[in-house]
Amino acid sequence: MSAISSPEKIPAGFIQRYTFTERVCHWVSSLTYVYCLFTGLAFYSPHLYWIAFVLGGGPTSRFWHPIVGLLFLAGAVWMHDLWRREMDVTETDKRWLRRVEDYASNQDELLPLQERFNAGQKIFYWLMFYGALVLLLSGIFIWFPEYISFQIAWLRTLMIVIHEIAALATIGGFIVHVYMGIFFVPGSMTAMTVGYVSRTWARMHHRLWYIRVTGGDLDREK
Amino acid sequence: MSNGTLEIKAISGHAGPVPGRDASRDYGICKVIDVTTCIGCKACEVACLEWNGYPFRETVFDNTYQTMPDLAWNYYNLIRFNEHVAEDGTLSWLMRKDGCMHCADPGCLRACPADGAIVQYANGIVDFNQDHCIGCQYCVTGCPFNIPKFNSETKKVHKCTLCSDRVGAGLEPACIKACPTGCLHFGSKEDMTDLAQNRAKQLREHTSHKNAGVYDPAGVGGTHVIYVLHDIEHPELYGGLPKNPRVPLLVRLWKGPLKWLGNLAITAGILAAAGHYIRFGPKRLDEHQDEDRDEAKKGEPK
Ligand code: HEM
Ligand code: SF4
Ligand code: SF4
Repeated sequence: MSAISSPEKIPAGFIQRYTFTERVCHWVSSLTYVYCLFTGLAFYSPHLYWIAFVLGGGPTSRFWHPIVGLLFLAGAVWMHDLWRREMDVTETDKRWLRRVEDYASNQDELLPLQERFNAGQKIFYWLMFYGALVLLLSGIFIWFPEYISFQIAWLRTLMIVIHEIAALATIGGFIVHVYMGIFFVPGSMTAMTVGYVSRTWARMHHRLWYIRVTGGDLDREK
Repeated sequence: MSNGTLEIKAISGHAGPVPGRDASRDYGICKVIDVTTCIGCKACEVACLEWNGYPFRETVFDNTYQTMPDLAWNYYNLIRFNEHVAEDGTLSWLMRKDGCMHCADPGCLRACPADGAIVQYANGIVDFNQDHCIGCQYCVTGCPFNIPKFNSETKKVHKCTLCSDRVGAGLEPACIKACPTGCLHFGSKEDMTDLAQNRAKQLREHTSHKNAGVYDPAGVGGTHVIYVLHDIEHPELYGGLPKNPRVPLLVRLWKGPLKWLGNLAITAGILAAAGHYIRFGPKRLDEHQDEDRDEAKKGEPK
């Protein structure tokens, strides 16, 4: 145990971006999300129902989807505890958002300097956090529909529709998130797998954070 | 169904065309429930249990003729009872055999996400296949008649099969055989509609039931179980038969336009990401920026 909890060794030229705890929390949340996503999509569309077979069959998928959903929510709450203080959207973030087109077209030099998380990451964070809450609240109604009487059967359908819309909203964010992590921003993946990034990466994408953790001087860094 | 499979297509050594080849055939089947002659004896309930191999359920006394509050996963067929006092003070006992209506546009089937869990046969029977059922109960949400019932132990949903196993073998449903008053009839949809309409006409012309009519609701495309009611204007009196049943609007929205909007949005999202990559490529790091800076710093005083 002591080997796991002792400070991590970061190779020269790299700085730590995510601690072991943060990485575990991220992967618990993402794996549970992806399981819910795939089983959910199977129930969502007849063209994707084969996914349920691949994942062990329809009844199995229906059994685990809500339970893994609870784990996903637990992951989201844990992440909230770890990161919520760093996720407030600031004035700088609003300026950054107004120039998001420059970010998308790789003209990063035109953008305001960013802290540990940029405005896009913060928005994705809140989307997933509130998405998880809405998915849980609506999910409980569809989990145990037998307790909702026939007179208010519309409530069950409404909850399915809300569940579906919330899922679609998170899917939108998720597509962008995966695309950026794997393709658009090289170096992000190692940040979440082994926990560190190169100094260059940190300096380019999160200058304010870089200065803070390396004890640099903002004026000189500009 | 079975008569369809034995339809003759060709005959050896036969001069001329196959007899009746161009005849139109009515494969649609139908059960008529004439509530005006139902005495509430519950023989149909017992026959249903016997044929399907379920034990009798405990009855719940509620001071009326009603034996239990609702259908159950192992009780497909229940006589609903209502003591009705008309405006002129006449008292009547209304009995209605409740069960799946075998809708032409079945909300249960529309709502079900599991491949093959609900099928509709060409003869009109809507049948649940428990092997494929995942127990999500979307069908319960889709049905305007509150019919499918969930077995919480096996996590499967059940309802009246219209004895598809008997009908497939050329027999009539078990309940039809048991009815002692002849209030249940079974045959082709066309014949049964005639029979029901004639009975309703007879009631209108020869009894005080001037509003007698046939319940075959158009909102669900008609049904393969139809009722003759004394008062077609007030189906609710018969244990809550809906006046204008339809597959709920939310269910139609959810399974229709919403699905396609969602599919489109997901596909568009993935294509947009791919397009973005092809246009702009990844964010390259300026590998030399650190060195340049270090170079620049060298000259500075400490
Ligand atoms: C937070 C806890 C969650 C609970 C309790 C929950 C519960 C449910 C339930 C009970 C169903 C009905 C089908 C079934 O029983 O499996 C369902 C369907 C679905 N779920 Fe979830 N879920 C949760 C999280 C999620 C997540 C994270 C996603 C990912 C996007 C998701 C996406 C879906 C989709 C797309 C459907 C199909 C909706 C349809 O039939 O149109 N759910 N969920
Ligand atoms: S409970 Fe079974 S039959 Fe009903 S909608 Fe779900 S999978 Fe289909
Ligand atoms: S009455 Fe309900 S269960 Fe029966 S076919 Fe119609 S929608 Fe399906």
